[in-house]
Amino acid sequence: MSTASIASKPAETTTGEFEREAVPPQAQKGASKFWGMYAGEHAAGTEFMIGPLFLLAGVSLQNIFLGLLFGNLMAILSWRFICAPIATKARFTLYNHLEKISGKWLVLLYNLANGLLFCFLAGAMITVSATAVGIPFDMTMPTTDDWLPNSAMFVVIVLAVGLVISIVASLGYDTVAKFANIASPWMVLVFLACGIVAYKQLGATSWADLNSIWSESIVFAQDGKSESTMGFWSVFTFAWFCNAAMHVGMADLSVFRFAKKASSAWATSAGMYVGHYMAWIAAAFMLAAQIRLNQDPNPVPGPMANNVAGLAGITCVIVAGWTTANPTIYRAGLAFQAMAQTIFPNVSRFWATFTAGLVATIAGAFPAFAWQLLGFVGLYGTILAPMGGVIFFDWYFRRKGNAIEFQRTSPVSSFSIPVLLAWLIPVVPSFYLIVYKGYTAVNFVLPCWLATGILYLLFSKKVKTA
Amino acid sequence: MITTLRTIAWLGLVLTLLPSILFFFDAISLENLKTAMTAGMILWLVFSPLVQKAKTKLVNDLR
Repeated sequence: MSTASIASKPAETTTGEFEREAVPPQAQKGASKFWGMYAGEHAAGTEFMIGPLFLLAGVSLQNIFLGLLFGNLMAILSWRFICAPIATKARFTLYNHLEKISGKWLVLLYNLANGLLFCFLAGAMITVSATAVGIPFDMTMPTTDDWLPNSAMFVVIVLAVGLVISIVASLGYDTVAKFANIASPWMVLVFLACGIVAYKQLGATSWADLNSIWSESIVFAQDGKSESTMGFWSVFTFAWFCNAAMHVGMADLSVFRFAKKASSAWATSAGMYVGHYMAWIAAAFMLAAQIRLNQDPNPVPGPMANNVAGLAGITCVIVAGWTTANPTIYRAGLAFQAMAQTIFPNVSRFWATFTAGLVATIAGAFPAFAWQLLGFVGLYGTILAPMGGVIFFDWYFRRKGNAIEFQRTSPVSSFSIPVLLAWLIPVVPSFYLIVYKGYTAVNFVLPCWLATGILYLLFSKKVKTA
Repeated sequence: MITTLRTIAWLGLVLTLLPSILFFFDAISLENLKTAMTAGMILWLVFSPLVQKAKTKLVNDLR
């Protein structure tokens, strides 16, 4: 998934690039600026996990190919027709836009939720990187049965990787962002090469052959069973909403406010079909090849990449994990800093980011977060995306798309109760059903998004826009 | 200068992808593929930043 679109955004909150004002025409960019950015961002460390998790969930090959094809298309359309039109008219960051609707204190609460979720996501990326760093040290790799740390060596490597990432993120974002931009074309090609090699190692000569090998891999991975917990619609919904916080959740208002036209959002198709199609399928083939050649169903990215691409594969896992975890921790740090500064005005960004890094590192020592990535991504969308529903319904039904008036507007209150209630009423019971009753998280994203938007309209009926 | 650096950097990308295609058609072994991809990685990660640096310097000089 990417988390990735998270990757290039922290800069805008810190470098004074129209943080508190609408982006002026001279700072707006053409569509070409967005294509490379999205292609690179969605080839992240988590892609190495998600593809193999489909195999372990027993998803048929046909459902993967078609579910991802149409699900990713829906994600692209969501960016193009829900997020980008508002971004290119209002031209504010998500936080600034939301602040005008809900007031600064509610934005801080949203930031806290955002920051914590980012930490756990970064933790999964630290786990991914640690599996590659651990190879030369002969580290015992965690298995899908290990929810807790499986060895002292694993903990030491996670701590080392996490501390390096935390310190680099705390010192600044620019260097990592530059390195990520340089590495991204190479990472995309490594993913493609890994997929080609893994496909060859599977030894399939036809579609029927490939299907049969795939089914055998599922049976082997599930200890002789062949149960599918995800069908076409599950894959479709997952592909659509794994980045829900970014498109329907409006986090990418921060990106597309720089676009001259809403049509620039077609650039997200590069990210979806490179990262969430090619890379996921390549990673899934890598696990199938590992099962066929080594009888090892453990979806640990480091060894999987080593099997098909050697040192380049190992490096790609480390770089992909690092370049995505770093800005994720950075953003979490900014969210924590904003929270902490309401009580302690002098809290520095360094310590806020370092604290976020430590939380992520501790989370990284628990492989459960990486194994549960499919569910976690859905939970992340269910909690954060509904705020995008507030923005969408507010924009079209209360402001009637009047950008000039919106840019001049100030929040009605510093803590909007209607927005808070509209957010919590659908999200709290959904959270309960997902976490305590085991329902599939990603299925709650759209209902919560719609319910939050409609409830917001109902609750705020008597509150005039300022 | 930039052209040379850029050519070497691009060679790194070629060495990242081409070996997998050759492996697919049984033209090289897995060991050779891994070696070539490692060489490609080093070329790209070393020379691509140098291209960026040279481009920045050129832009600054032109100003």
